[in-house]
Amino acid sequence: MGVYFFRFNPAFNMASIKQAFNEAVERVRMPAPTRLRDLIRQIRAARTAAEERTVVNKECAYIRSTFREEDSVWRCRNIAKLLYIHMLGYPAHFGQLECLKLIASPRFTDKRIGYLGAMLLLDERQDVHLLITNCLKNDLNSSTQFVIGLALCTLGAIASPEMARDLASEVERLMKSPNAYIRKKAALCAFRIIRRVPELMEMFLPATRSLITEKNHGVLITGVTLITEMCENSMDTLNHFKKECGHREIVPNLVRILKNLILAGYSPEHDVSGVSDPFLQVKILRLLRILGRNDVDASEAMNDILAQVATNTETSKNVGNTILYETVLSIMDIKSESGLRVLAVNILGRFLLNNDKNIRYVALNTLLKTVYVDTSAVQRHRSTILECLKDPDVSIRRRAMELSFALVNSNNIRNMMKELLLFLERADPEFKAQCSSNIVMSAERFAPNKRWHLETLFKVLVAAGNYVRDDVVACTIQLISETQSQQGYAVSALWYALEKDTSDKQPLAQVATWCIGEYGDLLLYGPPSEDAETPINLTEDEIIDVYQRLLWNLQNTVITKQYTLLSLTKLSTRFQKGHEKICQIIDTFGSNLHIELQQRGIEFSQLFRKYDHLRPALLERMPPMETARPQANGIIGLVNGEPEPEDEKSTMLESATTTSDSFQLQMLSPSSTVIPPSGQVTQVMRVTNMNRAQLRMRLRISYTGPTGSVLEQTEVNNFPISTSQ
Amino acid sequence: MQFMLLFSRQGKLRLQKWYVAHPDKLKKKITRELITTILARKPKMSSFLEWKDVKVVYKRYASLYFCCAIEQNDNELLTLEIIHRYVELLDKYFGSVCELDIIFNFEKAYFILDELLVGGEIQETSKKNVLKAIAAQDLLQEVSYGDVPLEL
Repeated sequence: MGVYFFRFNPAFNMASIKQAFNEAVERVRMPAPTRLRDLIRQIRAARTAAEERTVVNKECAYIRSTFREEDSVWRCRNIAKLLYIHMLGYPAHFGQLECLKLIASPRFTDKRIGYLGAMLLLDERQDVHLLITNCLKNDLNSSTQFVIGLALCTLGAIASPEMARDLASEVERLMKSPNAYIRKKAALCAFRIIRRVPELMEMFLPATRSLITEKNHGVLITGVTLITEMCENSMDTLNHFKKECGHREIVPNLVRILKNLILAGYSPEHDVSGVSDPFLQVKILRLLRILGRNDVDASEAMNDILAQVATNTETSKNVGNTILYETVLSIMDIKSESGLRVLAVNILGRFLLNNDKNIRYVALNTLLKTVYVDTSAVQRHRSTILECLKDPDVSIRRRAMELSFALVNSNNIRNMMKELLLFLERADPEFKAQCSSNIVMSAERFAPNKRWHLETLFKVLVAAGNYVRDDVVACTIQLISETQSQQGYAVSALWYALEKDTSDKQPLAQVATWCIGEYGDLLLYGPPSEDAETPINLTEDEIIDVYQRLLWNLQNTVITKQYTLLSLTKLSTRFQKGHEKICQIIDTFGSNLHIELQQRGIEFSQLFRKYDHLRPALLERMPPMETARPQANGIIGLVNGEPEPEDEKSTMLESATTTSDSFQLQMLSPSSTVIPPSGQVTQVMRVTNMNRAQLRMRLRISYTGPTGSVLEQTEVNNFPISTSQ
Repeated sequence: MQFMLLFSRQGKLRLQKWYVAHPDKLKKKITRELITTILARKPKMSSFLEWKDVKVVYKRYASLYFCCAIEQNDNELLTLEIIHRYVELLDKYFGSVCELDIIFNFEKAYFILDELLVGGEIQETSKKNVLKAIAAQDLLQEVSYGDVPLEL
């Protein structure tokens, strides 16, 4: 019997003697289990899924039995096999407690596999977590650096809020360890801890500060990562780091480290294709960006180094471009000199023309971030960006689409919309909804005239078909209603569209039937408009036939049919003779299987009989609608904004609650109604998502700035999946 | 980084490392859907994918796909470098690594990753230091237990 099992337990005590004895007995009693690699071979040899399942089930049954018998010699091999089985997708939760037993073992092999298992198998269940917290606490106090390392790594991967609270002080202690191997791991543990529990940030501040005065790159990069996380989450911490950081100020210190990296000659240890430690460079550039944001002095202090990185970085390889990309982001985000900004946009211009798709993607991505800061610089690349709308790669198309919309203004709207409508026609279904809503929004903001605006909306309804969101229907109807001069054009344009098959364009059918219902008399008996093509020799019967087809088509939705029924009823007062036929069609709906349609059928047929005298007055043309855009189904589009006249820069956000069937929105009072220069105002918005549907939010913000009142509109589509599950 | 997945061209998972707490069921769902989406992409496409609310960076090395879900503010190009660094480490450790090495020694692949990243962030930028730490820990592993070899 060797001495190795006492390696981690130098106290030669009774417990370890007893364990050694028991294990020796077990060894004789039990045959050695299948080796990991033999099991993998067996599983790989299985020719069908069923065969694989048989092998796995048999082995799992065996492994369970060894767990029951508390076999501690082979526990580690059995867990390793279980982890492989787990990766294949089979349940392995019954190994959770065994992993904890392995971690508690004095053997290093056991610990290594035990921690690996814990990281793979443990979920955030409270009871198991209490146990592992104790194991971790023990190992964080071990005298072997690699045992501490395993514990830190595990904590960094699976720390729950409770674990974070319980172990924060241990981690803080290890951040001050003389051993760099431990310091760097502890720093990233602290990163994870404050991500889970931000309140714990303060206790790490002193230890964090000294991390970036180090020479060791591992400690430096983890220190920079930790400070970045802290500064991004708390303004107070950001100011704290700016003011005092050991003996040096943080910005000059980071600038110096970065400069040394660039100027240092070839160092094989940190070289990546001719660039010295790009990982560290990128992290420093990102932290500089946070420190320089809205801070003239800090920005000034980093101007030179950013210029140096931007001009001197080798761009033939991915690493060089990685650093340039990060540099451009920093230049655009801080208060940098204008010459530097030109340099940055030029780099992006070069990126856009790069052969590498990845570089083109990040160029589009970055231009999207900077377009609001410096639109004219980005406008120069408009044609290249529009070209990217045709890229076969969906990631690039998506970015190009978003960027294109950001570039639309009143000067280029006609041209841009032509391209974007072409894109919409050919776009994948996943783009159609967002793209059509964005076209509608841009048209609303920049339309050169009403006629063009209507034409654009109709084109959207045709190109995006059923993917058009409900709000587009409401917007279009609203616009037609308020634009008297174009109603003749609208009704004939929509008639032409409705004549064709519209079963894959329900929103179009809805708008068309609404419009024909309102203004059908213009279609037949109105004065021929000089610029629109009015249908020649159209008869009432032809229109009624199309309506009949719409009502009988099984592919049309109930909503479309309701629009159609109401429209048809209205037409009875617009037409000169056809009303017998209309009455007949409506009567047939009195016995419709769908309750809503049946009700409409019965109600409307009363208008032809008992209440015939009321019909013309009830169905009179609607007065132009007021400009408030109707609420769209499923979207919370709440506009709050009353400019406050006497203040120079003010925003007024009121408190309000709206309710729809599936969402409830509550706006709490804003922290202030005035935004000071480079300050911020927060307002909490509470959304209750009752149906757990995917959330989309459209925000319209109006405020009065020094240059007058401004209206901004944006949409948020990327709420985390978890908010809708 | 939220998670890293390694999977084969046939869609078989070879390694999974999660830095966010998700229930097992959700992890499986994400893995399955992501593997299908990536395998359906053409080879000439970019390495980036916006999938649901995560940004995914992936790259294929021989028969294996390396795939990382990153945070909104993370540098996509740097993620490619991290993947490449991991591949280099595997290559150095196994000696021109292939998929089979990772299948039969999956635990080693995890150990190496854990010396490169902690909590989804880079902890060491020197290849030499990572390999040194791994070698030292391999030495610490007991090779036998009395007269019984302690092979896994």
